[in-house]
Amino acid sequence: MMRLDILNRGYGPGTKLLFALIRVFSGHPVPDAAKLVFYRPDFYGARAKKFTHEAMRGPSGWSVADRELMAAFVSKVNECAFCVGAHTATAGQAYQDGAKVQAVLADLESAPVEDGLRATLRMLGKLTREGKVGSEDMREVLSAGVSRQQVEDALAVCAAFNTTDRLADAFGFEVLSPEGFEAGAKYLLKRGYR
Amino acid sequence: MPDEDKKRAAHRALVDRVLNGEGRASPEQRARAFSNADIPPPLHTLIGKVATRPAQVTDADFAAAMASDCSEDQLFELVISAAVGQSARLYEAGLGALAEATDNGKAG
Repeated sequence: MMRLDILNRGYGPGTKLLFALIRVFSGHPVPDAAKLVFYRPDFYGARAKKFTHEAMRGPSGWSVADRELMAAFVSKVNECAFCVGAHTATAGQAYQDGAKVQAVLADLESAPVEDGLRATLRMLGKLTREGKVGSEDMREVLSAGVSRQQVEDALAVCAAFNTTDRLADAFGFEVLSPEGFEAGAKYLLKRGYR
Repeated sequence: MPDEDKKRAAHRALVDRVLNGEGRASPEQRARAFSNADIPPPLHTLIGKVATRPAQVTDADFAAAMASDCSEDQLFELVISAAVGQSARLYEAGLGALAEATDNGKAG
């Protein structure tokens, strides 16, 4: 149960019916992340979905898999169990290589990823942990072969997940079963965040 | 519109709605939560944790905030304002450092 009762129970009949249908057809309860964006969507959910979808699925020099890995990595720095589970599963499916994702989360420096992606993840980790980065951090990323636009795209992913991680932890999103996270990942790869 | 501008525009729309749109908490309250500044107790503990150490938020923080005459809908808005505010600062800090790195690169 989330920490605000309105997020558990404050939905109209149409939304309640939709949640029931999702339960029946997916075989899993509706994740709290989905419930949050259905609560008074005009305040947060509608625009949050649009921004997150643009960051995660919009055109970019990064693949969807790379961006899902960034989401998992930022969530790991924030110690957000729900988002680590959700985006570890999504990145693993997108790469078709769960071991690669686990290796990055366990030890970025020794993980089998390209230098540009590694430098980008290192910078996102520092920004998320310390609240700031310097021009020298950015020059390291750029000198690893990452374009300026790719850095901007990575910063958008970082902004989206620093928001979602905070809301997941504050409102108390329930951590799903491994099967639940895999089902959610399949949905996110098929439909995105819209 | 270039793709990176679409990302920035979508982010600005979210920030603008949370700060300036209609809400149950006043725009002033939302602005304070967004900035994590000048928040009266007992609400300051919850909002401060959302901004800086969200994994440490507890049921007791919500119970204390509810005791401050805040409704659940107001807390919903203020927690979102704090989360969106902190991540907006990170986004700006990253983009600022990137601009500095690339401008220096041009000058050098």
